[in-house]
Amino acid sequence: MLIIKILGSGCANCKRLEQIARKVVDEMSIEAEVTKVTEYPDIMAYGITSTPGLVINEKVMSFGRIPTPAEVTTWVADALQTV
Amino acid sequence: MQINLTKLPLQKNTDLRSWALVALAAGIWVVLYNIIKPFADWLAYGLLALPHGSHLGESLAFFFYDVPKLLLLLSGMIFVISLFQTFIDTQKVRRLVEKRGEGIGNVMAAVFGAITPFCSCSSVPLFIGFVQAGIPLGVTLSFLITSPLMNEVAFVLLIGLFGWKIAGLYLLSGVTIGVLSGLILGRMKLERHVEGFVYDVKPRANIDLNLEEKLTWAERISRSWGSTKEIVSKVFLYVIIGIAIGAFIHGYVPQDALTGIMGESAWWSVPASVLIGIPLYSNAAGVIPIVSALLDKGASLGTVLAFMMSVVGLSLPEVIILRRVLKPQLIAVFVGVIAAAIILTGYLFNLVM
Repeated sequence: MLIIKILGSGCANCKRLEQIARKVVDEMSIEAEVTKVTEYPDIMAYGITSTPGLVINEKVMSFGRIPTPAEVTTWVADALQTV
Repeated sequence: MQINLTKLPLQKNTDLRSWALVALAAGIWVVLYNIIKPFADWLAYGLLALPHGSHLGESLAFFFYDVPKLLLLLSGMIFVISLFQTFIDTQKVRRLVEKRGEGIGNVMAAVFGAITPFCSCSSVPLFIGFVQAGIPLGVTLSFLITSPLMNEVAFVLLIGLFGWKIAGLYLLSGVTIGVLSGLILGRMKLERHVEGFVYDVKPRANIDLNLEEKLTWAERISRSWGSTKEIVSKVFLYVIIGIAIGAFIHGYVPQDALTGIMGESAWWSVPASVLIGIPLYSNAAGVIPIVSALLDKGASLGTVLAFMMSVVGLSLPEVIILRRVLKPQLIAVFVGVIAAAIILTGYLFNLVM
């Protein structure tokens, strides 16, 4: 199962990214857990310099921007292949 | 596990194709931009047959012209700004600022804060990164101050409604406020008022940053287009409401009605507008069109700019987020110094303009 983490303190951009991630998971009908990481010490542990960040199976895929649903779909598909 | 592969983006745009699309969009943009003025006049005075100079006619012509004009400006310029921003590498900037001390460091941090797209919530990790890198607190605060103060939507709206000169002044005074406030705050030995964990956070040793590969132009363009859509869809309703109120003021409020309360002679209007502006936040996109209409009715530029900066730069949600990394004393000093700097800027503009 995939673990998708949204890194962000809960601002509008982070919520938007969470929506996109959940939508992608729904559309691909895969088993994945989408969780939010909102505490700064935990966010900073991933070494990112700006939020929102997207982490799939402990790999940081993007930060500081909202990736498109198409990008997220590609990343999720890639992650599924490597599992 | 069953994967729905039909949704995958199989076809990738080439650079050439992307640039061709951009050129096409730019062409359409220019045509549209040039026909909205005659179209708005025709709509208000021709189709609706409102007499020239009537309150309703003036208001509606203003509204029909400003809404498409500002939305066009926003989408066009935000796209260009976003494209530029795809070249900014935050890691590199951190290394660059790290090498400088106070002074030059403050200027670089403030300029960086002005050109990055971050709202304060997304800049907190960068703040923590700056502190960890041993960058002086004052320099870091210069970044933290200009980052929300300078916002691309506000900048574009200023160009559309007030012209290049005032948009430039806004940029310049925002950076100056960031530099000066950072220098002052840096002298105040506030390090112990930063939350302790900021100094302790360590990235995990085995993190895997899948970044930032060399982007192709096609990727830059599609990312910029994505963020343009994101930003414009977030603010367009506020802009329209703001213009509607502005249009009403434009048509119905008599000339010079505000000279007494928002003009240069009313000395208290600058601090008052800053105090009112601080709690207003989410409507930054809506406030600027209203404020531009006030300027026509006798409000002075310094008062109007001070109001706008306090709306855009200081806000309750921002303070709540900053509270997670800064202790209350530092927050109070932070807000106090920025408010004072904005008030001074307001007086300065009232004095020289």
